Amino acid sequence: MAVFRGRTGATQSEQDNARGWFYLLWCLYSSAMISEPSSGSSEVIASTHATPSGWRAPISTAVARTSAGHEVQRISERVEDGVRISPAEALVLHDFADISTLGRLADLVRRRKHPSDAVTYIVDRNLNPTNVCITDCGFCAFYRRPKHAESYVLTRDEIHAKFDELVLLDGRQVLMQGGHHPYLKTDWWCELFADLRPRYPNVNLHALSAPELDHLAKLDKRPVEHVIRDLKAAGLGSVPGAGAEILVERVRKIIAPKKTSTERWLEVHRRVHEAGLRSSATMMFAHVETAAERVEHLDRVRTLQDETGGFTAFACWTMQKDGVPEEEIYPDKATPGVYLRVQALSRIYLDNVENIQTSYVTQGLKMAQITLRHGCNDFGGTMMEENVVSAAGCFHLSPIDKIERQITRAGFTPLRRNSWYGIVDERFRGDRRPTTREEAATHTDVGVTR
Amino acid sequence: MSARLLERARTAGIGDIAELVLAKQRLSREDGVRLYKADLHVVGALANHMRERLHGDLAYFNVNQHVNYTNICNKLCRFCAFQRLPNQVGAYWMTPEQVADKITAQLGEPVTEVHMVAGIHPKLEYGYYLDILRAAKRARPSIHVKAFTMVELDQIAKKAKKPLSEVLPELIAAGLGSVPGGGAEVFSERVRAETYHLKISGDQWLETARTVHRAGLKSNCTMLHGHIETIEERVDHLDRLRLLQDETGGFQTYIPLSFHPDHSEMADVPGPTALDELRELAIGRLMLDNIPHIKAYWILMDVAVAQLALSYGADDVDGTVVEEKIYHEAGATTPQHVKRAELVQWIRDAGRIPVERDTLYNVVWSDDPSLARVGENAPVAN
Repeated sequence: MAVFRGRTGATQSEQDNARGWFYLLWCLYSSAMISEPSSGSSEVIASTHATPSGWRAPISTAVARTSAGHEVQRISERVEDGVRISPAEALVLHDFADISTLGRLADLVRRRKHPSDAVTYIVDRNLNPTNVCITDCGFCAFYRRPKHAESYVLTRDEIHAKFDELVLLDGRQVLMQGGHHPYLKTDWWCELFADLRPRYPNVNLHALSAPELDHLAKLDKRPVEHVIRDLKAAGLGSVPGAGAEILVERVRKIIAPKKTSTERWLEVHRRVHEAGLRSSATMMFAHVETAAERVEHLDRVRTLQDETGGFTAFACWTMQKDGVPEEEIYPDKATPGVYLRVQALSRIYLDNVENIQTSYVTQGLKMAQITLRHGCNDFGGTMMEENVVSAAGCFHLSPIDKIERQITRAGFTPLRRNSWYGIVDERFRGDRRPTTREEAATHTDVGVTR
Repeated sequence: MSARLLERARTAGIGDIAELVLAKQRLSREDGVRLYKADLHVVGALANHMRERLHGDLAYFNVNQHVNYTNICNKLCRFCAFQRLPNQVGAYWMTPEQVADKITAQLGEPVTEVHMVAGIHPKLEYGYYLDILRAAKRARPSIHVKAFTMVELDQIAKKAKKPLSEVLPELIAAGLGSVPGGGAEVFSERVRAETYHLKISGDQWLETARTVHRAGLKSNCTMLHGHIETIEERVDHLDRLRLLQDETGGFQTYIPLSFHPDHSEMADVPGPTALDELRELAIGRLMLDNIPHIKAYWILMDVAVAQLALSYGADDVDGTVVEEKIYHEAGATTPQHVKRAELVQWIRDAGRIPVERDTLYNVVWSDDPSLARVGENAPVAN
């Protein structure tokens, strides 16, 4: 099990070694297995930036007759035996396992981690204090440049009003992130948190993704760990996993050249964990990345988690391109089947991350329910408002009773949680820890559903 | 592969059912009831096994359009949000010319089928039904007209004042190509009394289907699930479809229809969830061993469910569906139509080989002509 803090991870040379092996295996694998002519997929993926390998879902009975089918079988047995799979093996599953196999294995791993029948969710809301951003990500429809007519910074009264609404619903978390505002420095955030924390003691401030923390460190011209220390002292309770996109530099250079690099994203989360805060990890996929880069992303997350154990959860979703500034460079929106495969694979691969969240905001309630049998044990937040994804033409929000019905009909018991996956539900009689960020910092078994 | 499947089924307590499936033996009603309670992944895997045995990796779709020629109906089914009374706001019926216009409007698209169903408008005369068939064929002579559920056929025969067996040849001569599967609801008399008592009974539906098949027409069949029916009533429904199929062989496709509650009198009944729908499809595949195709009708289940359904027993996702009205009146949030290229992509992303078919499952286009040859009948193994 992941031990949070105090456990040293692999040395740099060991990590380099592992990455070397990964690429060697990938090269062998790609030359041996990618023999499919690319012509068939050209009509499907029109963009030149589309997944360069021309990924096609494996065709079930056709694959079963090939050597890849045997390889899938062998890897499946490893997963069944509880053995960690390698990046190369993950790539074989990604490219050749049918959805029944991926779903079954993900369900198995999920049940092992969460033998009880609970599926958790958190009553929370999104709050985007500002939409001003200087990062200019071409996949983002939410941000506005400074001085744009539609740019805004919420007043303290507006922020209080949003918190008050959440408190009426007994909400436990505000997911607070915004743009990279050039003038809102750490002090501004510290002052805000110090005001909110005593005013709303039950509401955790789940705020400031790694790129935002990195941005604050740059504005302050000081190390990010100092920024994190001050924010934590002011009331920051946990850090969201946003801004990870795909943790591969080739991809980031295309989709988010001005955003925090892969190494820096990981470094900021390392510092967050070292400061005694938990964070989550995410992946936004189905844009310009290859299958191998998806796996590489998962591997970067798993490797850092081995080192720190600080991630509470992982969530992934597909790129929502409608209305984003650089819509033309992206391929057509991935179909739900693609999301489900990668989501299941993430549960199989991230054997050291306790919780996998579904993404009903991007995928809808029906798919969210399906994912509960394909690796997910958490429904995410109820999100009273959501601005970022909805700005990209995708908006699924559901009242709590609808979420609970989906969970119940899938054969699970819905339970409300806090930001650290402790239970805050009066229907629950078991161990409710962790209840605070301090408990979470030393809690090795995050999530009561084990 | 089957050894592992059998092992998993045994662990899930349905080893005996898996043995029957693997031996191509018929499942009993009791087996059917147990499948509703067994682990979904295992039920899905069994259905997938049967689906891959029958169809391999092929998954069918067609390029079709819907024409709902009237929403005026005197059946007052409580689960329906489409129906209107004759003088109610929004009530409409189309003249044969308007029906033809709907079809002409799609001449630029490679449509091969028009799906024409509607309410039971008591004032429409027999000649009207013949006229709209002729209008459709005149507008696009190559189109296959799949029209009139068993409920409408019963009404048409009443209006014609002669037995259906004598009416059908006239409808065929006017252009009727096959018959859709709707209106079956759930055959249980209890359910009928509570929700659709003015509609024909299960026995009448089956008798009408028998007559249709004897007239040489193929039809589909359906079950409306996820409202007040019990598991036993669903299994009874499937078994009665299976028995008629043994007799006539006239059903091409079984389509489980999910109850959509919005704006109907039964808005308080929530309707089935995605996993319920997948289970329904899988059990349909396993129980209906004599019906070749199982359709995951994407417009009512959502694309996500339809894609996954192709690994839960289904081998068909319906078509491009220009202008769906009935389920959208009941709150369906899917688009009312989809581009052909998108349908192809859904199927590919689901790990299947897309094959465009016509209504009678002749191959129109195939992503893999070595497996399904254009112009030939869709291959179904045994």
